Amino acid sequence: MTMTDPGPEGRFGEFGGTFVPETLVPACRELDGAFRDAWADPGFRAELNRLLTDYAGRPSPVTECFNLSQELGVRVLLKREDLNHTGSHKINNVLGQALLAKRMGKTRLVAETGAGQHGVATATAAALFGMDCIVYMGEVDIVRQELNVFRMKLLGTEVRTARSGSRTLKDAVNEAMRYWVSVVDTTHYCLGSAMGPHPYPWMVREFHRVIGDEAREQCRKLLGGGVPDVVVACVGGGSNAIGIFSGFVDTDAELVGVEPAGGAAVTRAVPGIVHGSKSYLLQDEWGQVLEAESISAGLDYPGVGPEHSHLASIGRARYIPVTDAEVVEAFQLLTRTEGIIPALESAHAIAWVSRARDELAGKTVLVNLSGRGDKDVTQMMDILT
Amino acid sequence: MSESLETALRARRGSGGKCLVPYITGGLGDDWIEMVRAAAAAGADAIEIGVPFSDPVMDGPTIQLANDRALAAGVTPQSVLDTLRGADIGVPTAVMTYVNLAFHNGYRRFASNLAEAGVSGCILPDMPLEEIGPWAAAADAAGVETVLLAAPTAPDERLPRICERSHGFVYGVGLVGITGVRSELAHSAKVMAARLKAITDKPVLVGVGVGSPAQAVEVSEVSDGVVIGSVIVQRMLDGGGPEGVGDLVSEFRTALDSR
Ligand SMILES: Cc1ncc(COP(=O)(O)O)c(C=O)c1O
Repeated sequence: MTMTDPGPEGRFGEFGGTFVPETLVPACRELDGAFRDAWADPGFRAELNRLLTDYAGRPSPVTECFNLSQELGVRVLLKREDLNHTGSHKINNVLGQALLAKRMGKTRLVAETGAGQHGVATATAAALFGMDCIVYMGEVDIVRQELNVFRMKLLGTEVRTARSGSRTLKDAVNEAMRYWVSVVDTTHYCLGSAMGPHPYPWMVREFHRVIGDEAREQCRKLLGGGVPDVVVACVGGGSNAIGIFSGFVDTDAELVGVEPAGGAAVTRAVPGIVHGSKSYLLQDEWGQVLEAESISAGLDYPGVGPEHSHLASIGRARYIPVTDAEVVEAFQLLTRTEGIIPALESAHAIAWVSRARDELAGKTVLVNLSGRGDKDVTQMMDILT
Repeated sequence: MSESLETALRARRGSGGKCLVPYITGGLGDDWIEMVRAAAAAGADAIEIGVPFSDPVMDGPTIQLANDRALAAGVTPQSVLDTLRGADIGVPTAVMTYVNLAFHNGYRRFASNLAEAGVSGCILPDMPLEEIGPWAAAADAAGVETVLLAAPTAPDERLPRICERSHGFVYGVGLVGITGVRSELAHSAKVMAARLKAITDKPVLVGVGVGSPAQAVEVSEVSDGVVIGSVIVQRMLDGGGPEGVGDLVSEFRTALDSR
């Protein structure tokens, strides 16, 4: 199969759509048109590629983990999105959207953030392009990711506290959408994952496709023309996962998404509609959205992007939950064996590889290392000491 | 089956009056249904009943707080409908909530639950025209009037399609933003009303950002009336009770009647 254009309605099988307040419909349609136009324009592509190369530092390497491979009995390759400027994959999408926003004549950006990585990336692009920027962040996350909050402020961004509900990523999305409803003429909503109303799930996937395209080529060289047996990534909203999956969806590689046990929307597989699209969603018996609970702020989200629900429902990818305790173990495992400190989000993918080592024995596994763990070091210090 | 929204609102308009539709958060306080009755007795033409949802993205702080309090008290869509079912309110009601509560229940079941509870209409602000198909089929079959919102950001070509698909009335959004009281009526409110009045014979009510009797009168120079939400809910949150809500609705009624 291939990952296709979901059309003007933004459908991935039965999932997706544009479930937004009427006020935002014209903006979503305008964005769909503008993205289609830009993505077909070689000039736009060239400008984005230049930024990805000269500014963000792409291509990111693929690192073979000899020590970890020996310890697990599994050949582990890492796609090093942690080495991008700002420390995660998020910059790919943000540079694309900021460039698009500029092309559309928008002068301001608004974003939500969980771990702060998307917020930092957006603040960075805003500084680069000379745009005003507001980032909404849940009160709980502001505490556990205070370093990123300060980085955003240094970059000239206004960080606003989301105090409603669970005071995490879900509520930051609510606040960002409410704000967008009131300033939609001048402001682009720079959504940070492959979720939300059309065209976001599709557009964000396309901006992250570079991860999968590069990795496919890098694996071809490394594996003598072959592909890895398994491609694995953590899944919050699903942007780093959909980016790397997009390079391998048409191969025999098995695709595995790893969810936090406290936010395992795909594993539970109950469809719902919130934040603009129909997708799997954690909810109670009445359809009230439940609060996710995860050690990692970036995965602390009760929903998932619609294309992941589609990939799960047709059986092309499988999704597995790991516990916070397994993640803490995996965080230390990669740090100790390879000298690479992963983001807690990315450690979810490592945690599954470690748990599934028997099933994976002798296989080659490509892990998307979506981000570096500097931001998580204070949190880990509290947990481990 | 209760009277339709459209019949009630056309009757008010036909008699030369302006329509007044207050919003009340279902389940906010044990005596919320008394507040609904008080609003009806004070001259409301219909009542919007908010069914609390966990993530109300179209709502500002006042209605968010009301939602949170009601949810914390254990209010569910069913408990709201159960209370409405037995209540003799005297004017038609419309449920306002978010699409996931209908979707999770199943559109057909949700629509028939509304009809069976005597609710005339339904407003789902995060379900635009593009996505309305499956719900509209279920609502039409159950005889529930689906009221659509029209926003100031809509291009002209979009409005006739909204007006055509909207039943009960057309809900003109008064400003580019979320619910909440503002100190002045936005310029966009009358413009929105005028754009809609020019293309539809259905009742056109403006809501969102209409928070005082003077603002209601001002926008009703063009519209057929108003929906008032946050100002009422604030009175509920402040402990105004049925009497306070009734008094507030009376002030709006009097102002609209003595234009
Ligand atoms: C390093 C890293 N990986 C993954 C995620 C989760 O997002 P997504 O599922 O969209 O890749 C985040 C979000 O903050 C992140 O910072």
